[in-house]
Amino acid sequence: MQTQLETFETNLGSVRTGVTRTSPAAFQDVLGDVIDEPAIGAPIPFAELSLEGTGVVLEPTPDQLREATCGVTAAALGVADYGTVVLESTPAGAELAGLFPDRHVVVVRERDLVADMAAAFERLGERFRDGNDDAVLATGPSATADMGDLVHGVHGPRETHAVIVEDAAE
Amino acid sequence: MATDRSRTADRIRRIMAAEGDSVERNTRGFNEGRYDSVDRLEEYDAYKDRARAIKEDAIERLPELIERVRETVEENGGTVYLADDAADANRYVRELARERAAETVVKSKSMTTEEIDLNEALDAEGCDVWETDLGEFVLQVADEAPSHLVAPAIHQSREEIAALFNEYFDPDMELETAEELTAFAREYLGDRIENADIGVTGANFVTADTGTMALVTSEGNARKTVAVPDTHVAVAGVEKIVPTFEDLQPFVELIARSGTGQDITSYVSLFSPPVATPPVDFDDDGPIADDPADRDFHLVLLDNGRMDMREDDQLRETLYCIRCGACSNSCANFQSVGGHAFGGETYSGGIATGWEAGVHGRESADDFNDLCTGCSRCVNQCPVKIDIPWINTVVRDRRNRGAEDGQLDFLVEGLTPDEEPAGMDLQKRFFGNFATLAKLGSATAPVSNWVADTLPSRLAMERVLGVDRRRDLPEFERETFVEWFRNRDVPRPVDADYHAVVYPDLYTNYIRTDRGKATVRTLEALGVAVEVPEVASSGRAPLSQGMIATAEDHAREVSANLEPYLEAGYDVVAVEPSDLAMFRGEYERLLDERRSETIAERSYEVFEYVYGLLENGVDPASLSGADDAGGAGSALAYHSHCQQRTLELEAYTTDVLERLGYDVVTSDVECCGMAGSFGYKSEYYELSVDVGERLKEQFEMPEAADRTVVASGTSCLEQLDGLLARRPRHPISLVAPDGSE
Ligand code: SF4
Repeated sequence: MQTQLETFETNLGSVRTGVTRTSPAAFQDVLGDVIDEPAIGAPIPFAELSLEGTGVVLEPTPDQLREATCGVTAAALGVADYGTVVLESTPAGAELAGLFPDRHVVVVRERDLVADMAAAFERLGERFRDGNDDAVLATGPSATADMGDLVHGVHGPRETHAVIVEDAAE
Repeated sequence: MATDRSRTADRIRRIMAAEGDSVERNTRGFNEGRYDSVDRLEEYDAYKDRARAIKEDAIERLPELIERVRETVEENGGTVYLADDAADANRYVRELARERAAETVVKSKSMTTEEIDLNEALDAEGCDVWETDLGEFVLQVADEAPSHLVAPAIHQSREEIAALFNEYFDPDMELETAEELTAFAREYLGDRIENADIGVTGANFVTADTGTMALVTSEGNARKTVAVPDTHVAVAGVEKIVPTFEDLQPFVELIARSGTGQDITSYVSLFSPPVATPPVDFDDDGPIADDPADRDFHLVLLDNGRMDMREDDQLRETLYCIRCGACSNSCANFQSVGGHAFGGETYSGGIATGWEAGVHGRESADDFNDLCTGCSRCVNQCPVKIDIPWINTVVRDRRNRGAEDGQLDFLVEGLTPDEEPAGMDLQKRFFGNFATLAKLGSATAPVSNWVADTLPSRLAMERVLGVDRRRDLPEFERETFVEWFRNRDVPRPVDADYHAVVYPDLYTNYIRTDRGKATVRTLEALGVAVEVPEVASSGRAPLSQGMIATAEDHAREVSANLEPYLEAGYDVVAVEPSDLAMFRGEYERLLDERRSETIAERSYEVFEYVYGLLENGVDPASLSGADDAGGAGSALAYHSHCQQRTLELEAYTTDVLERLGYDVVTSDVECCGMAGSFGYKSEYYELSVDVGERLKEQFEMPEAADRTVVASGTSCLEQLDGLLARRPRHPISLVAPDGSE
């Protein structure tokens, strides 16, 4: 029997998303390994984690947005069954950082995993009614088959990578 | 008429040659993916039920939900405009573009804006409009209409797109691979998005309680279209509204699986605009997040005939459609020709008949409604369980009646006339009244067969009736199945546990009497007391020509004929799957509830019945097994019938055959392309053969090439007979004990 975390990892793999597991303490080190510079991002809304001092530009200009090869943003939820991450829009431009650069690194906390879409929609319903009312269910990189063959990286990222931050042991 | 027909045939031939290969590859890929993907979804059927229930409820409460959407979107800070029709919607968006002095408008894929020709309207306003979905972009450059609801450019191959782009854009390096084409398009469109003043999207769903729109995409273009420009206009049909945010969930599970066979698309965007993301001004060099610009959002809800469809008892179901394209992908004819042959101004495929009749008026459905053969393969594939063939039948009926355009509610009246309208197409009349013809043909056989088959009469039939002379005609038997049974001198079993009427459908009664006789022998060998009374034809033939009133007459007659037997405890055993499908399906729409329910519950397909007997402990020893069936061999290649598969009956035949020692392989193509009259009609003959080729190929593969071919449906047998060197048989003829009749 797989744990929810393992299911999530397996499914991320099957939607072409790389996975790195880490702890809050090792987060910044690990991040250094999976980002390509120039990198941009949006502040991570989790108290125990931060992008400050990682070389990720947090308030990009349009030019920096255009030039960045990598974007780092946080996910509000991870849906284990699908390998889906839930990306919320923020006034700081999280949506843009996860969309423009070629590589998207998404930070998901283990505690924010849910088993399936039904659970995800329940949580999202609450968040939407509370005023966090934009979200993208993102599953793998952007893709198209319109040019005669499957190609990854169309208007959105070509590569996706999830950094999963495990819950600290009690 | 004759020239219309040859024009139609020419058009289909041309489209089939130019687009058929790409369409076939893509739709079949989607279709196979769908079967795999829905298999992985445990709750598939439950989700379909929920999706259907949500849509029924939403359309029922639509006026109230529209008001609710208005409130929630306005609370969020957006504006809602309810547009009566295309002109009204276009005017609204044009004015917006004028106010903002918009030079560039970028769009993400939206059939609804195609429906109203928004691009033309914006062009007229002097805007530069760009489609950012790559499929739509290809069509924009090629100046073509979409050929598929989900993948608008599936009819184009990579080579064609490369040639088109190289010619149109004249890039520094010739484009060749899909990667190169994609990279080029991304860059080209990326520049347009950066400069855009307005972003236009559709919406797959709009939730009334939170004012959220769901956009289902894979490329990321919708996200950019919403995020970059500060003005966002979403154009959505009013039918896209669902009551609550949580209602989105079943659709998220179903839509991609149904459409392209992916479990989910890369992006399901849930935006409650104006979105929180800061707009990006690429001419500015300060941090984006500092941009104080306000966002502006407009939701244009489009009526354009939908509220009338809602009032129309027959067309209402069309509004439940989530435009996933599953019906097109599972349609054998669509797999061969694609949406351009189906015609219509905007929508394509089976369900397009409902859409076109509803939003553009019935005339725009005229061209292509005929391509639905009523095979029903799409019915179970539709995630909201729309009976698509029925909608086609209704529109066909209304067209036959030539009522005034835009009158959608006259079917009620149309269901109760004494006869079909005088001006109705002769070809339809001919096929619709096949029962009369069969009676006559049989009474004068074999002379009728010889006469019908002479060249002058084949030419005349082709000219006047459009019966293609390349198709073999059915040969009528002099002694009908009913007469054979009446004249037979076989003692009836006394104290039988089972009593059954073998239904003498048209083909079994007049043309393929052998399979009727084999059915009787089989059932009697299993201890069933059998009767073969005179029963009217089911009404399938008139129904498939859109002659609902006539079909209804047939249904009533059948019900009256069977009533005494049903009361006496007889079951009804049907040999012809398309007739059984009438009993179990369409009769519900043609008869009162009590009658239709009785027939539906008490009728069985022949192998389903035999299976039931064996399950109840009847000994099959008296049937012919693999070892003793007259030279058939024990290896079979079996093609079930489309409607039989829709009713999920295929397994009964294979199970019984296997119990009797046969080794069975089955075909998995959707349909044989024959579907009754369809393959006889000169305008569709070649399409029918093209569809049949897929079945032929399967049965000519090494693992099937030496097997005896068996098929359940009459039209399938005829199609296979025409295409294969081996003569196909009905499976009942293998298992029936030998008879001397
Ligand atoms: S009719 Fe059903 S299968 Fe066809 S596009 Fe609409 S929802 Fe999909």
